[in-house]
Parts: sequence; C-alpha cells; structure tokens
Amino acid sequence: MRRKVIFGNKLLPYLLLAPQLIVTAIFFFWPAAEAIRYSFLRQDAFGISVMFVGLENFQDLFADERYLQVVWNTIWFSFWVTVLSMGVALLLAVLADRHIRGRDTYRTLLIWPYAIAPAIAAVLYIFLFHPSLGLLGRALNGFGVPWDYRLNGDQAMLVVILAAAWKQVSYNFLFFLAGLQSIPKSVLEAAAIDGASPSRRFWTVIFPLLSPTTFFLLVINITSAVFDTFGIIDALTGGGPGNATQTMIYRAYVDGRVNLDLGSSAAQSVVLMIAVMALTLVQFRFIERRVHY
Amino acid sequence: MATLNIQGVTKAFGPTHVLHGINLDVADGEMIVIVGASGCGKSTLLRIVAGLETASTGNVVIAGRNVTALEPAERDVAMVFQNYALYPHMSVFDNMAYGLKIRGLPKDQIAKRVQEAANLLGIGALLERRPRQLSGGQRQRVAMGRAIVREPKLFLFDEPLSNLDAKLRVQMRAEIRRLQKRLGVTSLFVTHDQVEAMTLGDRLVVMHAGHAAQIATPMEIWARPADTYVASFIGSPAMNLFPATLEEGGHAARLDTNGLVLPFHDGPRPGPAGRKLTIGVRPEHLTPGQGGLELQVELVEPLGGESVIHARLEDGTEVTAKLPGSSYSDGRLDVIIPLHTLHVFDGETGKRLEAGG
Repeated sequence: MRRKVIFGNKLLPYLLLAPQLIVTAIFFFWPAAEAIRYSFLRQDAFGISVMFVGLENFQDLFADERYLQVVWNTIWFSFWVTVLSMGVALLLAVLADRHIRGRDTYRTLLIWPYAIAPAIAAVLYIFLFHPSLGLLGRALNGFGVPWDYRLNGDQAMLVVILAAAWKQVSYNFLFFLAGLQSIPKSVLEAAAIDGASPSRRFWTVIFPLLSPTTFFLLVINITSAVFDTFGIIDALTGGGPGNATQTMIYRAYVDGRVNLDLGSSAAQSVVLMIAVMALTLVQFRFIERRVHY
Repeated sequence: MATLNIQGVTKAFGPTHVLHGINLDVADGEMIVIVGASGCGKSTLLRIVAGLETASTGNVVIAGRNVTALEPAERDVAMVFQNYALYPHMSVFDNMAYGLKIRGLPKDQIAKRVQEAANLLGIGALLERRPRQLSGGQRQRVAMGRAIVREPKLFLFDEPLSNLDAKLRVQMRAEIRRLQKRLGVTSLFVTHDQVEAMTLGDRLVVMHAGHAAQIATPMEIWARPADTYVASFIGSPAMNLFPATLEEGGHAARLDTNGLVLPFHDGPRPGPAGRKLTIGVRPEHLTPGQGGLELQVELVEPLGGESVIHARLEDGTEVTAKLPGSSYSDGRLDVIIPLHTLHVFDGETGKRLEAGG
C-alpha cells in the first residue's frame, strides 16, 4: 500500500528535498556539464587560449589506437574482476553456510579485506608478487618462471585483476552469505528427499533462489570494477608497463592531470558517463525480465 | 508401500538426550500419528526416519531394508513439511515434477503422473502458477501432490496442518486421511494436536520427554492410558487427577482431598494399605448427583448441548466437569464419580495400575 502525503504548502516539499538536490547539483550536474562543455573545446597546456573544436576531441579519441586498447583493457579487467570476485565469494559463502567449527571466526576473517584501503591492498600484493621482494614472485622466479609484472604487460594485468578481485570478495561474500541464509532450510531438505544430489540441489534450487542477490552484485561489481579501481591500479602499476593496465578512468586522469590535455580528458569523461548510463539501462532491463520468481 | 521398523533409536545432541530408545513397528498401509508436546522429540524421530538427522544408536528399517546409513534420497520416502517447503522459483507443475525429473522418468510419464495427482487433489487448474500466487490450503495440496507423484514407500508428515486456519485444518485433515486410505501408503504423521491425532491415526505414539509413553489405537489410549501423562494429554478437557491412598486390602481408594472412598469395580490393586495412588476421572464421566464431590463452580463454558465447568473442591483442588445441558451457574454443585470410569495410577511412578496384578 502506498500512502500519499499531502502538503498544505506547495513550497515545503521542495524545501525538504533541497539539501539532496543542492548536493547533486553542485557535485554531479555542474561538473558533468563542465565536462561536456570542455569536451567541445581545446585548451593549450597553460590555459591561455581556448578554442571551440566541435567533435574533434571525440574523433581524435576513437582514431587513437591506444585509446581503443584502453577500452579493451577496461572490458577485460572488469570482466575478470567480476567473475573472479563473485565466483570465489559464492564458493566461500557456500562453505561458510555449513555447520563447521569456528564458523564465526572464519566469517569475520573473510570480511576484513573489505576494510583495507586500496593503497594498502596494493602494497600487500607488491609484497606477494614483486619479483625480488614478493613471496610468490621470488618463488616463481626460483622455479624458472620469468616473472616480473613491472615489465610484462600480461602479468601486470593478472596482478591488478587479482588484487581488485580480492578486495571485492568480502563484500560479495557478505551478500551471498545473507542470501544463502534466507533460503529456508526445509526447501533444501525437501530437495534432498526428492532425491537431488548436493550439486543438483545447488544448481536447481540454491542458485536460482540466489539470483536476485547475484544480479544486484553483478551490477555493483561491474560498476565498481569499471569506475572505482583507480586507487589499486595507481598504487600497483601506475597503468604500466606501457599502458598495459590502463583503464578508461585511469587514462582520463592521466590525460587531464598529467598531460594537461583537458579537452581529451573531458571527452573521455563524457564517454564514461554514456557508458555508465548504458550499462545501468541494460542491467535494469535485464532484471525486469529475468530475476523475478 | 511398505512396512517400517524403528529399532531402539536414540538421539543425543551433545549432552542433551532427545530420544531414549524408540521401538515401533508399522504395518503396511498403516497411518501412525506421533503426538506430544513441543520438545518431546517427535519431529526428531520423523527426521531420523527421513534421513535428515542421523540416529545416535538404533536402526531404521523400511520394507525390510536397513536404511539407517542411507541418504534421504536413497530411502524412497516423501515428506510434507510444516511450512510446505515448496520451491518458490518453480511452477506448481515443476514443483511436483522435480523428484520425477531427477529419477529420469520420460517426459510424457511425468506429465501424466503430475496431472493425475493434481486432479486427485483438485489443483489441476493451478499447474502454471507459482507458489506465492497460491493460498495456504492450495500450497498444502501442492506439497501433498509433490509427495504423491513420487509413489514413495513411506509418507512423512511434519505438522502439515498447523499453518492453516481452523476450518481449513479440519477439512484438510479429513482429506489427508481419505487420500492415505485410498492410496494405502504407510504414513507417519507428527502433530502436537491431540484431536488431529485421535482422528487421523490407526495407532498413536504418545511421546513424552524422548520416550514413547504409549503406542496403541486412539480408543485404547483414551480408554486405558498407560500413565498420568498420557491420561492428561489425550482427551479434552484434560482428565481430572486426584491424589489418593489404597485401602480395604486393595479393594478401594480413599481420596486425600475429602476422604471419599471409591471401591474398585473390577478387582483389587496390589500393594500395602496406604500405598500412594492417583485416581483419574474424565470430565465427561462426572455426573450430577449427591454423595460424591462437592464442587464450588468458578466458571461455566457453555458449548451448546453441553457445558464445561471449572470448579474447585473445598481444599482448593481444581476439577473440570463436562455435563449435558447449559443450565449451570456459579455456586455449589454436587457430582458423583461413576465407579466403572475410574483410572488408577501409581502415585509415585504415574504408571497405570490394572486390577488383579
């Protein structure tokens, strides 16, 4: 049931909404509008002369093979971070949902990584994978595997994917565990009596019943992998070697803040804005059809 | 269809003993109702038969095969849960077909069996619906249907009616009994409701604190309860129990409350004079008349053709009487205890004392 609130004063509802609207306007609409404006302009590095160039910034961007490489990096990176973090989280949640000794300790420990700052997580991964300092890095080299993520682009991508996924696992784990615990035990017992093996129970009962959680996490994970992994990449590889681990966000930052090419950086921001809108739209179209039961 | 034998089953959760050695032999096609207050171990016993819990010691034998060590899937039983436990993401058809699909039955046979079961239960028109679109009674029927289509050796019911409203409960109760008789499937039915137990079961198991206090037909349990617990648990309102002592060489009991001497009509009870007894009288057996108990009526509950009267003796002992008619009022009321309705129990152990023993 929806209750309707009737305000006597026409102004009052706007007044009550004002704080949120002002925050959104100042911190979102205004900068977004600025980004759109800048994306049609070209400035010299010192900001002395400004020139209207139409869509030239966008044309340059998509003519740049390195930018297309960055787009591909972003897709590849986000795909694997999402798959890995959700897959591992689901596995851990299923294990933690059982009656095992020390279950509460296990759960608490699994939640810790989420509380770690991206830069610290990056340092942890440096201590693991650095070819001469890192535990695993040294072991790999010791076994004769030429390992140096600072020189090898594929290895660098692997390390940032692992670090970003690792950080996201805790969050996903929490939601999956809550999702699992909300499945009535008797439903699983009914399936067991119906003759379903544990793996069949998982795929025909548990997994479908988890789908609202899974979908929610999919949206959150893709969004965070695409738009919210700047810190970990910056601290681990700085986008390198070459631009092997540069994502769209990272490139926008480098072009704007380091190379002082504000026009191109703004155009990239606009591309990202369109991307996030498209992503959200697709995802919510999908949810309407698929995940209800 | 099969027999079921429960042999010396015990269950302990850590230091807590829930079941203390249950023995039960169920004949083919028999409906056994396990009844008891909450926490008596009745659900645990059912779950051990289903394979959802493992027995600490003892065996479960279904159709002559020892299934104690087997998984629920290998026991060929079907269970109806208190909260129905339907698969919320599947249609009614898929809910009922799930077990058959797992067994790899051909599609046309699955459809046929589901359709038959659905028609039998009057849910043939609901097969495309999801559980959340159904009422409580319909869900209950789907849960029954899911059990029926499997054609299992054993039906297990875990308080399946307790989530329904009173009227529907009575209706479903009759329906379950009719269905069980028609299909002839051996069944175990767990409930805390003694009316459900009396009406449904071929035999009852009255459970008390992890023991089977009595296993017998409903009428046998009502007429000759094995101990004071069964006596007060089965029958509504509950049986009146009075402390008494053995007198006259075992031929009579003297009520401690008012000294009334009640001779045994069927023969003497063993034991020395002064042995502690508990005398039981069902409320419906008390009849108005002089020379018995002098009651001080506190509350009259008219039920139409009869009335339940809550009263006290002079010393404060509570007495319940169920008398015909409705013309009762607060104040004094004399009732007599017909001697052939007496139940005699040991005052210390609470066990029934038979005549001539």
